[in-house]
Amino acid sequence: MSEVVLEIKGLNKAFGALVVTDDVNLQLHRGECHALIGPNGAGKSTLIHQVSGVLSPDAGRISFEGRDVTALTLAERAVAGLGRSFQITSILPEFTVLENVALAAQRRSGTSFRFFRRAATERALNEAAMVALARIGLEARAGVVAGNLSYGEKRLLELAIAIAGRPHVLLLDEPMAGMGRAESESLTETLLELKAEYPMLLIEHDMEAVFRLADRVSVLVSGAIVASGTPDEVRTDARARAAYLGEEEISA
Amino acid sequence: MSAPSASPAAAAKAPAAPEARASRGPLFVAAVIFALLAAIPLVSEVWGGAWLTSLAVRAMILAIVAISLDLLMGHGGLVSFGHSAFVAIGAYTCGIMITEGTYEMALILPTAIAIAATFALLSGAICLRTSGVSFIMITLAFGQMVYFALGSLAQYGGDDGLTLWSGPDLFGTRVLGSEMGVYISVFLLLLGTWALVHRLVYSRFGRVLRAARQNPTRVASMGYSVLRYRLVAYVIAGVLAAIAGVLWATHASFVSPSLGAWQRSGDLIVMVVLGGMATRNGALVGALFFILIEETLSAITHDWRLIFGPLLILIALYARGGLVGLLDRVRGPQ
Repeated sequence: MSEVVLEIKGLNKAFGALVVTDDVNLQLHRGECHALIGPNGAGKSTLIHQVSGVLSPDAGRISFEGRDVTALTLAERAVAGLGRSFQITSILPEFTVLENVALAAQRRSGTSFRFFRRAATERALNEAAMVALARIGLEARAGVVAGNLSYGEKRLLELAIAIAGRPHVLLLDEPMAGMGRAESESLTETLLELKAEYPMLLIEHDMEAVFRLADRVSVLVSGAIVASGTPDEVRTDARARAAYLGEEEISA
Repeated sequence: MSAPSASPAAAAKAPAAPEARASRGPLFVAAVIFALLAAIPLVSEVWGGAWLTSLAVRAMILAIVAISLDLLMGHGGLVSFGHSAFVAIGAYTCGIMITEGTYEMALILPTAIAIAATFALLSGAICLRTSGVSFIMITLAFGQMVYFALGSLAQYGGDDGLTLWSGPDLFGTRVLGSEMGVYISVFLLLLGTWALVHRLVYSRFGRVLRAARQNPTRVASMGYSVLRYRLVAYVIAGVLAAIAGVLWATHASFVSPSLGAWQRSGDLIVMVVLGGMATRNGALVGALFFILIEETLSAITHDWRLIFGPLLILIALYARGGLVGLLDRVRGPQ
């Protein structure tokens, strides 16, 4: 078995009486895509928020590359190498696409406490940003103000920002949310290419994409993992089908 | 280090980044404004006299403060309602040191900067943990603390303020004793502040600050500690305002706690919004316009704010982007 990059142990979180994360244990191995599926409200995003540091868990432990990161902030975890995308598009709408991505590259290239030189003309940052944009297929839109992008393009920008920070792991919260058929297929291809480099924890509702990308699938229901295994195992797992896949499979 | 994010092949395929183009219009506007300000001492020889230069000096000092506030408000999205406290800190540092027999500006200015920076660091570390209305209220509270603290300094005039019987020296000379010396110093510091803040805003630091105004969570998820960048901006803005305060004391030879009153902070916010937030010349234009209007209207009537109020409403309604935005629309798109 390959090296464990990210490990979640005994994670618990409740909002008042509502348990949103119920004793979750999960491992992400190097070179792997681990998909997290489950019905709406199962607590998938809440789990990603806890892994990335947006929310802090009530109990449990998150270790990343052998280091306990449970107490670190969102920014500190990003520096440690946890890159993420957001379910609800989160970009810098007034900056150009290039500047959105260059800012992510800037974090990795020396200090940002530089006060005089014009950042927009730093070639190294712009080139790194263009490389990231080219990988996602957004390079032709580099000069556009991000707020003016189409919805699908904004989703891609989200991903370009995440990889420009050169993370060690990608946490992807529904990267295909709201995308059309063709768009999600092309994004699936892109993610397949990226998978070799970045271990991924993926939340996605698009089952076709999940079964193409994932090496391992966990099914989350009411905050708890009810089934976990290879895509084929999960596809045939009775609990998983009952919880999530069932109706779709029957109707298909 | 980790694996590079892209293979060399991908790097070779990546097209060149598009060039960012800057409009020359704002530079032209600034050149006109600074030329006019430079000409005022000459004009005052034939018309206006000391009244005119004094008015211009006051306007320029407030423009320095407004530009420093715009760094926080316009670019950082941090609406400080206690910014005039830093002016008061600078002015009182100058006033107290002169009263105690230290006349050298080369000592006064660094002292004022150090005190303002310390106060900004301590108060900023607290108020920057909040945002929105809470941030406004806490900066207001810190501002009021300074206001009442200065009013309680009985040995330095208390609420009545403190008269400086002598102006500061500059490296042992009496340069700052002359009206012309003060005018040139204030003019150069305004020019320097205007250029400095523009450089800051488009530097790496400024890019993080501007990004955090749009989406702090995204900036944090890139790995930036938003608080640290905001705190540095808060300190820089505070120090610039304190320098303006030292100039104010030098020019007016009188300091009082009212320099730090919250109404002053409110006026500063009005200047920035009036001129146009987060624009190259907005805060500068806003401050100069504000003082000009205040001076002319208050000459007509004691209740000048009755006229100024509706004027502000009109500008807020019809000139989004402030006076600078209005100017851009008149000149048409570039």
